[in-house]
Amino acid sequence: MSEIKYIERDPLYVVAPSTVSQTTKRAGKIIVWSSFLLMVVIAIIQTLHSNERISFGFSNWRPVLYAYILWAVAIGYSRVLIYGERGKRNLFVFPAVMFIISIVIFPLLFGLYISFTDWNLSSIDGRKFNGLDNFYQMISDPYYWNALKNMIYYVLAVLVEFTIAFLLAILLNSQIRGRKFFRIAFLIPLMLSPVAVSWMVGKSMLEQRFGPVASFARWLGWDTPTFFSNPVIAKLTMMCMDAWTFIPLMIIMLLAGLQALPKEVLEAAKVDGANKWTLFKNIIFPIMLPVSLTTLVIRIIFKLKLADIIIIVTAGGPGGATDSVTSFIVREYRDRSNVGYGTLLSFVYLIFIVILMTILIRFVNRWLQRAS
Amino acid sequence: MKNNLSEKIIIYGILLLWTFICLFPIYWTATTSFKTAASVTQGLLIPWIDFEPSWKGWRNLGFSPDTLFVESNPREEFLARFFNTAFISASASALAVILGSFAAYGLSRFNYKFGFMRNPDISFFFLSQLILPPVVLALPVLVLYRELDLLDTHIGMILIYTLTVLPIVIWIMRDQFNAVPIELEEAALVDGASVWMSFFKIVLPIVLPGIASAFILCLILCWNEYFLAALITSTDAKTMPVMVASQISSQSIKWWNMAAISAALCLPLIIVAIFLERYIVKGMAAGAIKG
Repeated sequence: MSEIKYIERDPLYVVAPSTVSQTTKRAGKIIVWSSFLLMVVIAIIQTLHSNERISFGFSNWRPVLYAYILWAVAIGYSRVLIYGERGKRNLFVFPAVMFIISIVIFPLLFGLYISFTDWNLSSIDGRKFNGLDNFYQMISDPYYWNALKNMIYYVLAVLVEFTIAFLLAILLNSQIRGRKFFRIAFLIPLMLSPVAVSWMVGKSMLEQRFGPVASFARWLGWDTPTFFSNPVIAKLTMMCMDAWTFIPLMIIMLLAGLQALPKEVLEAAKVDGANKWTLFKNIIFPIMLPVSLTTLVIRIIFKLKLADIIIIVTAGGPGGATDSVTSFIVREYRDRSNVGYGTLLSFVYLIFIVILMTILIRFVNRWLQRAS
Repeated sequence: MKNNLSEKIIIYGILLLWTFICLFPIYWTATTSFKTAASVTQGLLIPWIDFEPSWKGWRNLGFSPDTLFVESNPREEFLARFFNTAFISASASALAVILGSFAAYGLSRFNYKFGFMRNPDISFFFLSQLILPPVVLALPVLVLYRELDLLDTHIGMILIYTLTVLPIVIWIMRDQFNAVPIELEEAALVDGASVWMSFFKIVLPIVLPGIASAFILCLILCWNEYFLAALITSTDAKTMPVMVASQISSQSIKWWNMAAISAALCLPLIIVAIFLERYIVKGMAAGAIKG
């Protein structure tokens, strides 16, 4: 990470006098290496201590964390000492990069190791390496594949949400009174915590004896409205609840796109006598394509993290019909304390997501290029 | 003319129907928190006409008029969770906005080279964190936090929340900085200001509304976060969503109680939505338009 180099021709380019003396440069290097050495020494002491090779040491690994932070600060400071004005520019990006590397990359590497171990939190043996056993177990685990299949349905539901959101965004963008009121009202479901939504909608409004939705369904002629016992209906119910919270996000993003449409083009089309449908099909929809695709990608990203409402309302039931991958892994952790296996499942899921998103973004970019 | 009128009716009809769908659950929760057992089971809807409101749900929380000034354990508990949530989400959002704004500014103004990575790659590296599902990080972070003694601490929660919202800040702020004309800073640099000075004195005041949008969006996401909080916190740093979720799963809990708690969890953000709607919409729109 100390290799962030500065190459010429920045967008913001001003010739700055850059004279750094050799002594300052040397001081910069000394600071970095001494703090690095300090961290290594503390880490070694702590490793030996936790292996019970030596008696002295710390009660936990936090001193290593402090030494790590000190080292990170020293690297940042030494950039300025060694590279002067250029070093200051590096400091803009350096903290964020360092932060993500510390909190994502290290745990991911560690998680990768856990996923090849047999580690049950409730057994006293601790973890032991078991190679590809977890992987073979995964291949023959029908519930995991079922959860992945459910995710496909959940992601496909995004298209329906998108249609509804697009319609509402167009209506909001038409000549109406009280647009601000409608905008706030439409925004509110997004503000609510999934936990609260789980109770408000999932547990109370859909309650089969006296929930208002159940009463309404009975009034419509459905004698025994149960929303979570039939697999198909349960899945649809979860889709609706999730859609309810996230349609506002799509409405707002699409509305922003509609408001940025070039007015002259729309006027010209109207003068030429285009009716509403041809106007939409030939002008609004093509111009909105980039915004629409961005909205869809963002929504799919959020959809792939779907978990909270499922964990709380159905816990995956009935028979795994509503399981998302996350809620399934959580049950694997919580009910079976099967840590190694659960972690492997989550990594396989991550690989699926990365492949899916790469294809999706490639596809979107190619489509946009062809359209323009 | 007649065609126009029926079109208006359809437009307002759909808009009002959706407004009803959006607001009814909140109305239902708010009224249920004032119901007694009998009015809950009859599914009554309108206070004072259908049923007589009672303070029962709020009394159990310690927020009814008669218990407000009496000592109450549930209220203490609730307030502790409330301040935990507020403190953690505000600190995490602030940290994310600081780190993210710096990074976004650097990426929009300078060319970096970091190993094989150039600016677009570094941007992609930041944004790709958005697709990382929390469940992948959950267990490794749990183990790491246990070793570092960060489990159930505020600082541990702040760090992990900062991570989850940092990509969003960078995404919003990059466009904000790109919209600021570079000539302004060039003039300042020619006059002898340092890069940092021109950033703080000239650019920062211009993008302040954008920063406010990013901050509010982060605040909303952190406030509502449940999954990681349920994992990392147990007593000291427990947040409101975790408390509410644990009450949901315990069977004995009464409806009016649950309704009061849910309403209390949602109320702050509903107020935020009503008064700061402009900023929230601006933040989301910024992401949509540029892409």
